[in-house]
Amino acid sequence: MGEGRKDYRGDFLAEVEARVEEGEWVKMCMQCGVCSGSCPLGPDWEHPPHEIFQWIRANRRAEVLGSPSVWMCTSCHACVVRCPRGVPVAHVMHGLAHYAARLGLAPPGQPTRRLAERFWENMTRTGRVNEPRLALSLLFANGPGEGLRTALRMKDAGLDLVRAGRLSPLAALAGDGVEDPAGLRAVLEKARAIELAKTAALED
Amino acid sequence: MSEVVATTRTILVVGGGISGMTAALEAAEAGADVLLLEKGASLGGWVSQLSRGHPTLCPPARTLEDELRRLGAGRLRVLTRAEVVRIDGQPGDYTATVRLAPPAPREVGNADRSGDPDASPDADPDAVPNPDTGERKLRVKAGAVVWATGWRPYDAAKIEPYGYGRIPDVVSSLDFARLADPLGPTGGRLLRPSDGREARRVAFVLCAGSRDKNHLRHCSRVCCAAALEQAAHVTGHLGDEADVTLYYVDIRVTGSLEDLYRKVRSDPRVKFVRSKVAQITRDAHTGSPVLHGVATEGGQRYARVHDLVVLAVGMEPGVPGDALPLRLVTHAGGFVAPDPANGAIFAAGCAAEPLDVSRCVQHATVAALRALQVVRRVGGVEG
Ligand SMILES: Cc1cc2nc3c(=O)[nH]c(=O)nc-3n(C[C@H](O)[C@H](O)[C@H](O)COP(=O)(O)OP(=O)(O)OC[C@H]3O[C@@H](n4cnc5c(N)ncnc54)[C@H](O)[C@@H]3O)c2cc1C
Ligand code: SF4
Ligand code: SF4
Ligand code: SF4
Repeated sequence: MGEGRKDYRGDFLAEVEARVEEGEWVKMCMQCGVCSGSCPLGPDWEHPPHEIFQWIRANRRAEVLGSPSVWMCTSCHACVVRCPRGVPVAHVMHGLAHYAARLGLAPPGQPTRRLAERFWENMTRTGRVNEPRLALSLLFANGPGEGLRTALRMKDAGLDLVRAGRLSPLAALAGDGVEDPAGLRAVLEKARAIELAKTAALED
Repeated sequence: MSEVVATTRTILVVGGGISGMTAALEAAEAGADVLLLEKGASLGGWVSQLSRGHPTLCPPARTLEDELRRLGAGRLRVLTRAEVVRIDGQPGDYTATVRLAPPAPREVGNADRSGDPDASPDADPDAVPNPDTGERKLRVKAGAVVWATGWRPYDAAKIEPYGYGRIPDVVSSLDFARLADPLGPTGGRLLRPSDGREARRVAFVLCAGSRDKNHLRHCSRVCCAAALEQAAHVTGHLGDEADVTLYYVDIRVTGSLEDLYRKVRSDPRVKFVRSKVAQITRDAHTGSPVLHGVATEGGQRYARVHDLVVLAVGMEPGVPGDALPLRLVTHAGGFVAPDPANGAIFAAGCAAEPLDVSRCVQHATVAALRALQVVRRVGGVEG
């Protein structure tokens, strides 16, 4: 297949190196599989990290950027400490996920992606994560019926957290934040603009 | 005080493994005065511990035997229990400080066969041993030094996820060599340490501690071939009972060792799994080791029980860079580099880089030649 040769030219690797945070590490991977073997969530990934790295080199752009797998990483860092080549696997996964989202290629409705988005919205509002509100928004993400059922099922855990002082129901109403939330949002907006400008520059 | 032995035309060889013996013999047979110092009680180094060897699968001790027979030749003197602890001076004029462990060293070779080393005027050490340790000091002059202090295995216990030291049936390749040795503790039977049962399902974990930024960054070069040879030993020993698995990242064998690889690869009793093992745990019921990881060809996740797991541990320098008896230029892993700044101190064999026996022999011959060139020059100046 003539196309096959083109597929292995590695254009996508160059793209990842230029645009994905920590993407320049991908070429260091020696395909030993220790990251995938060490990942506590490994059995639940459709395509574990070493496979994603190999796919990048095999130019399988659509599959990588559209994969729910790059959203599975919980940053436990088991892979990062064990990787014999020092690849920051977790960071590359987040970089890929972020890049896919920026390009609008990330799988919609993927649960960890939804968590990430809600976390971001919640946190950027005041500059502090409002945990009860985040928990509530996740509970009712699939409609009120399921939300109530889950809330009942989880109530003991919730009460334990309140008793241990780890969760304050009042915070859902008040909550704290940084001194200048508007300033924070301006900073984030600026960072976003810089990031987009960088991508646009590479596009030329 | 200690007396000075030998002259600056002498070549001092430090370390009596296969490399040091080779360098000493080559130099002596070429007519140089050679003094070979070995800190242990006998010559041979690691080779004397390996019962079978690649590429010929004949006992490496055979090579040793040949060398020992040649020891009588030339102007070669050998001291065992003699550790070089310090070297001063410059090319053509070095002084080595040697620690002689009690009991007194036995000198072999042609200089003195009387059995009483102190009867030999050349090897007269400090007359009075240290009252606490019984050690004596000796100073040796030499024009050039062959540094052949060899290697030591990487400490497998440092590879935390592999459980060496915690899981009894996880052993190192050196432990395995003892198990497989007909003259070893089990008479050559592969009895696993936990319960003494004969091991049938044997796993070899390659690159254990090598090619890894958390451990040794370099490829130790001999462990692939050593593991293949040990795998062949298991199949040869157990016959159809054998169930061997090799977990590898890449198989790195070259030259004639490729034949060994092909032979083992085509053996249906040996499985090859391309995967760096992520973790080893102990089965709660049987106590057997369980290997966890992902095969990178095919992508299967495995959790496989074995009777015995052999870690193909890597090589690090026998004398670490910071413990060298003088400042030498070394590679990142602590092996002594062939650098002009090292003057007339020439590393040979595994002191210089991870090498197998045949390459050690070649490497040591080159080191002997370099040393000869130096002492010949010294000889010329001195008339
Ligand atoms: C598991 C395993 C299996 C192997 N199997 C094979 C095989 O089948 N075939 C093969 O070709 N190779 C094999 N090798 C490689 C082989 O062991 C080495 O090539 C060989 O041992 C190197 O010899 P050497 O003389 O350089 O070092 P060594 O054998 O380490 O000898 C160095 C000597 O120097 C002495 N010494 C150290 N410091 C001092 C000091 N300060 N003063 C005086 N003396 C000192 C030591 O006591 C030692 O006797 C194997 C290696 C491993 C790890
Ligand atoms: S552990 Fe590192 S080198 Fe090994 S496959 Fe994963 S990223 Fe690649
Ligand atoms: S950091 Fe992410 S990819 Fe790495 S082991 Fe943990 S969950 Fe898996
Ligand atoms: S020789 Fe083989 S097992 Fe040893 S470090 Fe190199 S690749 Fe790994």
